[in-house]
Amino acid sequence: MTDTATPSPPAASERYALNPMYLFRWEPTQDSHVLLYPEGIVKLNQTAGDIIERCDGQRTVAELVAELQLRYPGDDARVAEGVYKFLEVFRAKGWIRRQA
Amino acid sequence: MPKDGSVVRLDGQGKPLWLVLELTYRCPLKCPWCSNPVDYTRDAQAELSTAEWKRVLREGRELGALQLGFTGGEPLLREDLEELVAEASALGYYTNLITSGVGLSEERLLALKAAGLNQIQLSLQSSERALTDTLVGARAFDLKIKVAHLIKAHGFPMVLNVPVFRHNIGQVEEILALAEDIGVDYLEFANIQYYNWAMVNRDELLPSLEQLQTAERAVQAARERLGQRMTIYFVIPDYYEGRPKACMNGWGAIHLTIAPDGVAMPCQEARIIEGLDFPSIRDKSLAWLWNESPTFRKFRGDEWMSPTCRSCDEKEKDFGGCRCQAFLLTGDAANTDPACARSPHHHLITAAIARAHAPGRRAQPLVLRNDRNARLLGANRGCATGGCADGAAADSDAALAVVEVDHV
Ligand SMILES: C[S@@+](CC[C@H](N)C(=O)[O-])C[C@H]1O[C@@H](n2cnc3c(N)ncnc32)[C@H](O)[C@@H]1O
Ligand code: SF4
Ligand code: SF4
Repeated sequence: MTDTATPSPPAASERYALNPMYLFRWEPTQDSHVLLYPEGIVKLNQTAGDIIERCDGQRTVAELVAELQLRYPGDDARVAEGVYKFLEVFRAKGWIRRQA
Repeated sequence: MPKDGSVVRLDGQGKPLWLVLELTYRCPLKCPWCSNPVDYTRDAQAELSTAEWKRVLREGRELGALQLGFTGGEPLLREDLEELVAEASALGYYTNLITSGVGLSEERLLALKAAGLNQIQLSLQSSERALTDTLVGARAFDLKIKVAHLIKAHGFPMVLNVPVFRHNIGQVEEILALAEDIGVDYLEFANIQYYNWAMVNRDELLPSLEQLQTAERAVQAARERLGQRMTIYFVIPDYYEGRPKACMNGWGAIHLTIAPDGVAMPCQEARIIEGLDFPSIRDKSLAWLWNESPTFRKFRGDEWMSPTCRSCDEKEKDFGGCRCQAFLLTGDAANTDPACARSPHHHLITAAIARAHAPGRRAQPLVLRNDRNARLLGANRGCATGGCADGAAADSDAALAVVEVDHV
């Protein structure tokens, strides 16, 4: 289910899902998405929220990238690079998991 | 698009992000390190009603509170717990139940799940049945283990909280094995904080530096072995750090605790500070208590700080430490926390360590937290809260002279 062993960078065909330990939702008092977990709060900036919202275990990374490229038109290469970087950071933090 | 590391961690921006409700001080267990007030029996009749707690929940959410802890005492002793959890979930809190496990039947677990409870923190005191039962003054070990498995069977994220002191600090490996077997998600070794009952029993409970170092090494090794499978916290033992804890992230910065009788506090211990006024939500709105009350404003920012802290380059990091500990040990809550090696009172900490580990020191029986001892200590309040003696805090010998002890 999870990938605890050797971490490798995200790949286009993989799917990611939120770690069930975390609750992800919009928080009006913070005007942003937040992750809530036992004894912790993380406030996400807009792009982080955009990405985690799409980590539903269904979309592939390639699909996720394409959606964000539509949402942030302009520099497709930079958007793609950003998504990959964020996914890696989020996975390392344990917020999302690579689906088997 | 994203900049590296642009995930924002939260500072309070003046909001009480963490709301902690101490639903009751009543508890079936008798932990001799309990952080509840030593005179907890004083206002036993004054517990807030269901309607009053609901008002606190509503007003807390309006102030921007996100995380909610139900604690005590034993929160399961409140029959309206499920009702309060449901209300809190509807309001949008992330709900945490902090419990000894006593009273957590499968039936109640199901009801709590239905009410929307998000996570459960269970306390466990030892990996040994006999030691656990002796320490908490009841047959609790088997029940706690059973409850732990039930919590996981019902799919709750789970924190296992282990208060750490001399009697159990050698059991890190065994407790880790238990935690792995149960499948806990977060294991929290919490070196106990020396206030209230823990202060009364400090000489008996305080571990040695060698014991701490051994425990910390075991934790480190386990972290490497377990990776992301289990998150292990090791709450810093401030007596041995040379620096204080960043207590509550600063006084009145993000934490708001409501005592069983509705008194609002910046932390669960704050009531021990004499000379501060502690109004209840029965008298004031939560907004007033958080924003306006002189008690909450008293130690915000750095105006109040001693010259030692105000001129220190680490004040943004630890906010001068813990106000309660400063009061307990020095008699003035505005002083630098004596846990800091820069404090002119730091010798009080080193002396406490030396005394607890003096060769040939006569061991004393632990003073169990129970109603009788509470009344006895409460009658002698100055000493019980550590405000007595020469600033060396609750002298347990003096306290013992007036306390009937349940022998353990
Ligand atoms: C006061 S208890 C109340 C909830 C419940 N009765 C329980 O024991 O879990 C809340 C938490 O504080 C911990 N605790 C108690 N005394 C402490 C102390 N002196 N220092 C640090 N943690 C303490 C307990 O282990 C528990 O996890
Ligand atoms: S720490 Fe022990 S005595 Fe204190 S409230 Fe929790 S279970 Fe009860
Ligand atoms: S002197 Fe004060 S601010 Fe500086 S490290 Fe010590 S407690 Fe913290």
